[in-house]
Amino acid sequence: MKAVNLEFPAVRESRITLDVNGRACAMTVEPRTHLADALREQCGLTATHLGCEHGVCGACTVEVDGAPQRACLQSAIRFAGKRVRTLEDFDDDAVMAQLRDAFSAEHALQCGYCTPGMLMTARDIVLRLPQADEVRIREELAGNLCRCTGYAGIVKAIRRVLNERAVGAPTENTHAA
Amino acid sequence: MKAVAYAFEAAASVDATTLALRAGGWGAKPIAGGQSLGAMLNLRLAQPETLVDLDGVAELATLREAADHVFFGAMTTHASIEDGRVPDPSGGLMPFVARSIAYRAVRNRGTLGGSLCHADPAADWVSTLPLLGATVIVAGEHSRREIAAAAFMTSAFETQLAEGELLVGVRVPRRSTDVRWSYRKFCRKTGEFSHATVGALADPADGTERLVLGALDGAPRIFEGASLLRDLSADAARRQALLDDAGQGLDDTRRALLAEMLRLALNDMEIPR
Repeated sequence: MKAVNLEFPAVRESRITLDVNGRACAMTVEPRTHLADALREQCGLTATHLGCEHGVCGACTVEVDGAPQRACLQSAIRFAGKRVRTLEDFDDDAVMAQLRDAFSAEHALQCGYCTPGMLMTARDIVLRLPQADEVRIREELAGNLCRCTGYAGIVKAIRRVLNERAVGAPTENTHAA
Repeated sequence: MKAVAYAFEAAASVDATTLALRAGGWGAKPIAGGQSLGAMLNLRLAQPETLVDLDGVAELATLREAADHVFFGAMTTHASIEDGRVPDPSGGLMPFVARSIAYRAVRNRGTLGGSLCHADPAADWVSTLPLLGATVIVAGEHSRREIAAAAFMTSAFETQLAEGELLVGVRVPRRSTDVRWSYRKFCRKTGEFSHATVGALADPADGTERLVLGALDGAPRIFEGASLLRDLSADAARRQALLDDAGQGLDDTRRALLAEMLRLALNDMEIPR
């Protein structure tokens, strides 16, 4: 029997250091390794989920230099020198704590697969669009797919946090004064 | 799925980028925001040998204001246009269009230049920039050339860019404060690619009247002429002739959607939303 001659392309590797959740993470990756794979496999940060891997489902949403981005669409190499924050870094974040409570109270998750991306997007909505109504929340959530909840609970949870913060803002000022 | 193995080069200038692109031939691709190319890589629809990273090319991130136009570097993001962090020469059209592109997480990284060069017929800037009469600036080995945005895209996913050329930026003429526009696209779901796009623009200051029909099988179709929009509103036969011309090859559903977007756009021009 003739041996099959398999030819594999040469593996190129790059040594990079990423700023993830305020820590320097050194790793060796191929140029084709996207950020989400690097976060999960090299940094051990598995809150960042992978759903579609083509930018539609939003499960891999992370914060890059203060704004949400997809982690599945670009080589990890391109994030060197940028500040990457994953859901793990928001344990002590006040807005995220409110969102976690609201997601619980409003049944905004069932299987939980979309939840990390939902929370990252929800936090962006709360901070960037404090006046958002239900229509705007639904528009902004279009980039995050959930196959369990029908979105009703997620929208309610975000509305709850927006309301809490709208009511809470003057109170905080009173305390400060 | 995962992308094929490719080499990655970070270029520091426009010349270094075009040099790397010439060295790599058609196997080399520049990557801007990567919000379309990244998906194409993961789906293995694109299998480049080399990607040339444009993040480090300062010139592509520049922005210049002149009396009669604004120059946007190719790396200007959709979100910066949406938020008004860059000047708007278009009387509100560009921020309006930017907000409807895909999703916020994509707009934070996706770029004007990248979207133009990707040349998806259903994308937004390939239709909007011709409507605004914009000019595309392209760098080659020895010189730069200018191409009217209306002529830049030649067919689906094809542009006038020659091997080794790089889109540097876009010059968008300033419209007057009296400019009126409409931009209608049909998406079943917020943020998905359009199934039918119609844009209209009228500027009484210089008499410009333009119409663009996009999300066709090929490049968008641009129509221009004095009183073009008023004539189309008044004359059903002219509307039908226009749709027959631009809608060639479309199935009945997409033709119907295109006709409806045209009706809404012409209506917007008479009674602004």
